[in-house]
Amino acid sequence: MAMANPLLQVRNLVVEFPTRRGTLTAVDDISFDIAEGEVLGVVGESGAGKSMTGAAVIGLLEPPGRIASGEVLLEGRRIDNLPYEKMRRIRGKEIGAIFQDPLTSLNPLYSIGRQLTETIMTHTDMTPTQARARAVELLAEVGIPAPERRVDQYPHQFSGGMRQRVVIALALCVNPRLIIADEPTTALDVSIQAQIIALLKRLCREHGTAVMLVTHDMGVIAETADRVAVMYAGRIAEIGPVREVIKNAKHPYTHGLMGSIPAIGHDADRLEQIPGSMPRLTDIPPGCAFNPRCLHAFDRCRRDRPELIAVDDGQVSCWLYDTAAGRTTAEAKAIVASRSGTAMERADG
Amino acid sequence: MAEAAKIHDPAASGTVLKVAGLKRYFDVSAPWLNRVLERQPRQILKAVDGIDLEIARGETFGLVGESGCGKSTVARLIVGLHGPTAGSIELEGRNIAGLSRKQMAPVRRRLQMIFQDPYASLNPRWRVRDIVAEPIRAFGLASDKAAVERRVGELLEQVRLNPRDGEKFPHEFSGGQRQRISIARALASNPEFLVCDEPTSALDVSVQAQILNLMRDLQRDLGLTYLFISHNLAVVYHISNRVGVMYLGKMVEQAPSRTLFTTPRHPYTRLLLDTIPDLDMTGRERTPVGGEVPNPINPPTGCSFHPRCPFANERCRVESPRALAMPGNATVACHGVEEGRVPEEPVLAAPAVPEGLGGSVHDG
Repeated sequence: MAMANPLLQVRNLVVEFPTRRGTLTAVDDISFDIAEGEVLGVVGESGAGKSMTGAAVIGLLEPPGRIASGEVLLEGRRIDNLPYEKMRRIRGKEIGAIFQDPLTSLNPLYSIGRQLTETIMTHTDMTPTQARARAVELLAEVGIPAPERRVDQYPHQFSGGMRQRVVIALALCVNPRLIIADEPTTALDVSIQAQIIALLKRLCREHGTAVMLVTHDMGVIAETADRVAVMYAGRIAEIGPVREVIKNAKHPYTHGLMGSIPAIGHDADRLEQIPGSMPRLTDIPPGCAFNPRCLHAFDRCRRDRPELIAVDDGQVSCWLYDTAAGRTTAEAKAIVASRSGTAMERADG
Repeated sequence: MAEAAKIHDPAASGTVLKVAGLKRYFDVSAPWLNRVLERQPRQILKAVDGIDLEIARGETFGLVGESGCGKSTVARLIVGLHGPTAGSIELEGRNIAGLSRKQMAPVRRRLQMIFQDPYASLNPRWRVRDIVAEPIRAFGLASDKAAVERRVGELLEQVRLNPRDGEKFPHEFSGGQRQRISIARALASNPEFLVCDEPTSALDVSVQAQILNLMRDLQRDLGLTYLFISHNLAVVYHISNRVGVMYLGKMVEQAPSRTLFTTPRHPYTRLLLDTIPDLDMTGRERTPVGGEVPNPINPPTGCSFHPRCPFANERCRVESPRALAMPGNATVACHGVEEGRVPEEPVLAAPAVPEGLGGSVHDG
């Protein structure tokens, strides 16, 4: 979907890993936009390429991983081919990052205050006194009690939830336009998870920050994201408004995924299950990557790779929705929804 | 296999496992010399502090709680990987707490465990057939080599793997398939009771659904009884008949699954239910409750939940609450509930099939 003024544009991004046994394609030709102030959720199971996409956007792909082709544009400027120093200045100032494990983002040898003031002073021309005052202010903003005292403490003196708050403060300290949050709540207990989600939502609303939220947790996406991209085997299976994707999934994979999540208050003897498992990067099938697990696959799915097709307010890459087939969207959706609950169980995938 | 393949009959069910007053303390003090020089007292971590529970045959008992609440310690105590500090564990009427290794051996055959991490719980240097055959050999359950081989093939088929997979090594399998191998190994000794410690937490949701369905099928076919430990409330709701909620080593509430999730009584249970992400997109905001789980080495006095509880009063700060029997086969340990200080309105409305998640799809 073309957006009027996208903050971030990702165009035909391909991320590759050269290995001894050949080149693996972790992200395979994906395109999406994030508008200003928008929260885009990126979901998928492990190995779907969601974290790789986030890392590629902020230029933190670990070698030998590299962007093989495609473009990443921030406010119309290409940032995927910048030299290291230039990219480093964009990271932090214009794009912030929050990772799953707060301990790996914080230096255990420096006090929280020092890490915050250092970041602030790198990107602004505040004096040390001003930067320290700003650090205390930030800690208060992310809900750390007694920030004047806590600012001089070290990461090990904070609990997991408090550390993640500090990481959020670090990501926000120079008001970036975009935050890449990679599984920000996965390492936390459920009651703390809710606090962190609420905090992230409030701050982004107040600062008008756009967020690319990478997670495997549909629940977190459901209450945080505006739009969501569902990834499978390095490709986008479906992208659209969060409500559409969750309640009215179009792609057979998304549909199966939603059915396999147990829900409270919902009594079913068995969960819907997608047979098999996601292919390894070494043997992605030709055509649609999902075809061996798809109950509705036909010849074309095994032969040609589907492009994203605009359907309703979103896009889906599935041949069922191909207009040339003369099927209406409603008919295609009915086919996707028509799988029986007692799907054949197959462990070899 | 024939003797184990009887269909579960709820009428014939009795209590399989009964745990009473179970405690496990860990001494986490500094070394003796440091204590003497720095005048530090001993420090005792009460990981499990007086747990009672009963599990009926063919039932699944779900145990939920946040990290550090002691739920995994309960699992390890029941299978005998830790000795209890106090209390009893009765398996079919026989106390197995603190038995010697030798006395424990016949009990172990009937009591098996499935671990969270299928990568760490399988020996990477063994072929799958040897991993699955180990319990058969250890307990002398098959007469000759051919019988062992036959039984291993049977077990692999039971967990929906190909008998030919026995030749492979664990690294050749995905996470879900490895968990199937762990289940096959646990079933190898024909156990009646399985302790499952976060068996699906390391798996992706679509694979989790496969494993949960498999566990259901096996329970029905083999009449198994499960103790199912998880921090994921939706998974526990799905699989359990009865659920216990733990907080800092204590059981705060216990009730039939449906009751616990529709009319939670303890304020902590309500907090936990409030934190579940809203997949139905009703627009309900999660109410983030302040505070975190306190340090279990130095838990709050009285009811250990009182610093986070909106209904706490003076009594809660001083006196530790006892488990109180409630109507509907439930127990709650809360002064507020006892005195009627905690309002009774349920947090969740009566369960309804969420529209749009495809009601008909799940009926099969």
